[in-house]
Amino acid sequence: MSELTIYALRIGFTIALWLFVVAVLLILRGDLFGTTVLSRGSKPDPRREQRPTADPSQAASLRTEPAPTTTVLVVTAGNLRGTTLTLGATPVLIGRAPECTLVLDDDYASNRHARVYQRDDEWFVEDLGSTNGTLLSGRKIEGSAPFKPGAQVRIGRTVIELRRGPR
Amino acid sequence: MATVVSYTARPRRTLQALMLAFAVAIGVTAYALVGLGRFQELPDDLLQYGIGAVVLAVVLQLVVTWRAPYADPVILPIALLLNLIGIAVIASVDSAIGLYTSRTTSYADRQELWAVVGIVVCSLVLVGLRDHRILRRYTWIAAVCGAALLLLPMLPFIGSEINGSRIWIKVAGYSFQPAELAKIFFAVFFAGYLVSRRDTLALAGPKVLGIQFPRWADFGPILVAWAFSLAVLVVETDLGTSIMFFGLFVAMLYVATDRLSWLVIGAIMFVPPAIIAVTQVARVRTRLTCWLDPMSSENFDRCRQINNGLFGLANGGISGTGLGEGRPNVVSFAHSDFIYTVIAEEMGMIGAFAVLVLYLVLVERALRAAVGISDGFGTLLAGGLGFVLALQVFVVVGGITRVIPLTGLTLPFLASGGSSLVCNWIVVGILVRLSDAARRPAARQVPGLASSAPAAAPAASASTRAEGAR
Repeated sequence: MSELTIYALRIGFTIALWLFVVAVLLILRGDLFGTTVLSRGSKPDPRREQRPTADPSQAASLRTEPAPTTTVLVVTAGNLRGTTLTLGATPVLIGRAPECTLVLDDDYASNRHARVYQRDDEWFVEDLGSTNGTLLSGRKIEGSAPFKPGAQVRIGRTVIELRRGPR
Repeated sequence: MATVVSYTARPRRTLQALMLAFAVAIGVTAYALVGLGRFQELPDDLLQYGIGAVVLAVVLQLVVTWRAPYADPVILPIALLLNLIGIAVIASVDSAIGLYTSRTTSYADRQELWAVVGIVVCSLVLVGLRDHRILRRYTWIAAVCGAALLLLPMLPFIGSEINGSRIWIKVAGYSFQPAELAKIFFAVFFAGYLVSRRDTLALAGPKVLGIQFPRWADFGPILVAWAFSLAVLVVETDLGTSIMFFGLFVAMLYVATDRLSWLVIGAIMFVPPAIIAVTQVARVRTRLTCWLDPMSSENFDRCRQINNGLFGLANGGISGTGLGEGRPNVVSFAHSDFIYTVIAEEMGMIGAFAVLVLYLVLVERALRAAVGISDGFGTLLAGGLGFVLALQVFVVVGGITRVIPLTGLTLPFLASGGSSLVCNWIVVGILVRLSDAARRPAARQVPGLASSAPAAAPAASASTRAEGAR
């Protein structure tokens, strides 16, 4: 083989090596996943917003077998901001004690502060005799109160919200 | 006011297939270029080599699609590409030794064999290990296995000493470096141990110079790890292995407790053994001299290896001499310890930096999996394995380029050596498994696991989610 061909091959090899690196980085750039916290005022990145609907067949395949909709508890303020908790049939205990499902690192929360449970397809939030109380949409609750999707519950410095919708 | 948005990772299996194909194409081109550069003709076994590489890539792709469909799409292509580049460069060393000296070596053939073994073992890891949390059950067994493997070279008969370091065992003519396997066992052990102890280890103690130090009572584990790596240093006189284990422990301790003070303590504890090693062990003292001043006339002969390596780097320059056109036979151990000089000589700075970026991305993907995974054990394991890869690359490349003193570690996937290659493929197998767990949507957990867990599945997944977010 001629000297020139070898030389061209060698340059091609180096370019291909760097193209590989660039391809890897491009894949990673489009490969963001996990939870992010957005301020409601700021405009979300349109590219990321479209993602779930960009490929309908794939979105359908991600949908779960047991239930088309799911209820999620989302922490929107406080130390755990960004945490999501998929709710099932079992009640969820919230507080500072380590045995709680959602363990709060919050000086204004009690050890066993509140409970979120389901009865007849409706969700309720129950204050478990906490020191500083549990606020539902700004009002202190006594005993249990219905927890509607979208309503906000404040426990100490933590705000949680119920979300219902497709996965 | 804020909204919380969750993004689901896409499986990206087609992209992985394309990247694997790209990696095979580059790797086979490199192998062909070595033959063209050295003998002006294509290597005789190019076809077999290409077919072998394609088969291995297909095997990896199928196993991942079957057993880890949500795995990271770039980990395996990078590992495969590094491995193929390594084989090509080792073939260049072989041909240079055959052409310019009276010896003949066949390191490349052996490396090809070990690559096949490594990829098969990696596939077995992916098939056999359905969930990384199973490993947590074997925390203490892993500790015993790791310690036993590390002590194995000290046994009579099977332990063997090569070039002053007693880190090999010889069984039936094959030598094996058990420390490579021990690092995986220790990563599993540290992850399992630290995930249950991190709360105590993170408790605050006295505050010195603005850094919160841990309580005195919590120094036990780090002292044990320190004593153990010191014992390895003294008895096996291998600085690299010793650094690797102590560094792994300190890094995982930092990941587990999130306290900077452990890093400071680890660095301080490392100083006295280093001073003792420099003053007492002649071999280490030589390495220190060769790090500081290898080119002066009284040191030149003693530091021939590192000097020849530096000349190799200089000969390569920016664009390199071209694959198969360097003179790697000049540097001793160019196929294993000093393979980075061959890469830098033949592929130039441009190629060598591409290789370093590939390592960087590989480590980044390990850390990304660590962040995304929902249980503490997985976070620690992925972080630890990623850190070991990074530490090995830093110690080897840093040693060759005289950033730090030279220590005997192997460059993952590139350096010739069966035990290193197979163990790094195991590491990559575990990382792929971990990244699959990190990216899998919560609704699609491994089916076998939900039934084995006694608690109701939704509650279990909810609590692990909350734990991961802390």
